[in-house]
Amino acid sequence: MSALVIENLSVVFGRFRALDGLSLAIDPGEVRAVIGPNGAGKTTLLDAITGIARPTSGRILLGDDLDLTRRSEAQIARAGVRRKFQKPSVFPALTVRENLEIGCGLDCPASERSDRVAASLAETGLEARADTLAGSLAHGEKQWLEIGMVLASRPRLVLLDEPVAGLSDAETVRTADLIRSLRRPDRAILVIEHDMAFVEAIADRVTVLHEGRTLFEGGMAGARADSRVIEVFLGR
Amino acid sequence: MSGAMETSSMAAPRRLVPDLGGDPLLAAVIGLVLTGALALVLLQPAPYLVNMVGQLAAFAILAVSLDLVWGYLGILSLGHGLFFAIGGYVCAMHLLSHAYAVTGVAPDLMQFMGWKSLPLYWFGLASAPYALVVALVLSAAIAFVFGYASFRSRVNGVYFSIISQALVYVAMLLMFRNDTGLGGNNGMTGFPLLFGHPIGAPGMVTGLAVATLLALALVLAGARALVVGRIGRSMLACRDDEARLRTLGYSTTRLKLGIWCLSATIAALAGILYVPQVGIINPRVLSPDLSIEIAVWVAIGGMGRLGGAVIGAVAVNALKFWLSAAMPEAWPFILSGLVLVVVLGLPNGLLDLATLRPKPTWLRRGGGLG
Repeated sequence: MSALVIENLSVVFGRFRALDGLSLAIDPGEVRAVIGPNGAGKTTLLDAITGIARPTSGRILLGDDLDLTRRSEAQIARAGVRRKFQKPSVFPALTVRENLEIGCGLDCPASERSDRVAASLAETGLEARADTLAGSLAHGEKQWLEIGMVLASRPRLVLLDEPVAGLSDAETVRTADLIRSLRRPDRAILVIEHDMAFVEAIADRVTVLHEGRTLFEGGMAGARADSRVIEVFLGR
Repeated sequence: MSGAMETSSMAAPRRLVPDLGGDPLLAAVIGLVLTGALALVLLQPAPYLVNMVGQLAAFAILAVSLDLVWGYLGILSLGHGLFFAIGGYVCAMHLLSHAYAVTGVAPDLMQFMGWKSLPLYWFGLASAPYALVVALVLSAAIAFVFGYASFRSRVNGVYFSIISQALVYVAMLLMFRNDTGLGGNNGMTGFPLLFGHPIGAPGMVTGLAVATLLALALVLAGARALVVGRIGRSMLACRDDEARLRTLGYSTTRLKLGIWCLSATIAALAGILYVPQVGIINPRVLSPDLSIEIAVWVAIGGMGRLGGAVIGAVAVNALKFWLSAAMPEAWPFILSGLVLVVVLGLPNGLLDLATLRPKPTWLRRGGGLG
């Protein structure tokens, strides 16, 4: 049983192969980091999983059985896949609490909503900011709010696109703690990140992408020692 | 609160959508509208003044309908004149067939066209409730077809605006044809009766104006209830980041389609109320510049605040009523000038005057967020 299986996935934009026959399997409860140089296809991978980019070929299976390949963004989200975007994308005209309420999703029973919002506020440490407009939050707080919105839906697959981009060292440490606390046996987390120290702190395994393909898969220590990975990261 | 968050504790900005009862502007506007209705009944001003108030109120309803989709949902329609015209045309058809049924005098339209009787699609429109249903359902249905095709194909932003403009233009060309049976370029006019009474009687003029003011108050209250609720929050979320809302599991197509059709229905209501007061409908209502002007009213008044749309519609049209008599050729220049002032200095429209800062936006150096 895998949380997410990607089989031979290709995404082609015109003549550019953003993903080129990529295969990947993530176990339930795993935190997987995907790293790679710019243009390696990391964000395209998340776009394909969430239905924003249409795969040219290949399949994406959620929990071994549910094929996400041809579903709409909304259907994929309702199947339990949630994403935090690279650019913090919270709804600026709504308060932190209202953002989290929207994050709960349409399938959340009304009776459960306030409990989930309270839980997300506690997990992200934003209780004191609950009634502040999200547009006036600091950058780090927006990142946490967006993670909170992801959590409020109780997702089975969490996709985090560069959660510590632009954060201070203290904020990065706090975000790593937050992501570690999200780990649950029935939840898989896929993180895209450039910050190697951060990846080492949170991930069980890393997948190194290069030109739309897997270059390396395994522990972070192995990745650091792998000659091809070193060449890709340092050779350009 | 942790140390890292301390840095960001700035004052919370003004909410875009205040809580129920927390919008003094809208409360004041609704209060003024109701007071105005009462004043028309009690003070009995000159009929031409009463009539002008009624027309302004109809334009205000039209502006609110656009604010609902533009200010709260980010969909700029440059074709709302279409739905206004559908309401107006169906209302005119009702007035003519009603008068024909009561007096037996054939409307001019039939004589021009050489008809012995009104065509089939006029059937039943002598009945006011049926005509009302036809106008509202027809505008909602056309909005649905157009909206479904556009939103499903993810036609957004400026592309949607352009297509909506094209739609109203096509409708204008169609209505300029004389063989549509809807009056061609002359349109329809000469409505003698409303509900069996002479339409120009002072009581009728006041009645129409008061009805329009009450409709405006109801539309404002209803729109307010909608935008402060759960749907309203989804609308703001969709306006600010539609892709994000979709990845949270929401069908934004359904949301946009629903509000779009509602907005079209409200615009049709405005047209229904407008035509008996102005006494004519013709294809010029469908001209693209009128539809753009509706957006100008909303922008000038202040979008996304409901009350702002009313202020904009009333202010611009009052000015227009006055100037088109005083110096008609200056009007386009004044309107353009107003737009420039708003765009450069008052991004939230006239509402900014209430919180005017010493320097307009374009003179202010980059503020807090780096």
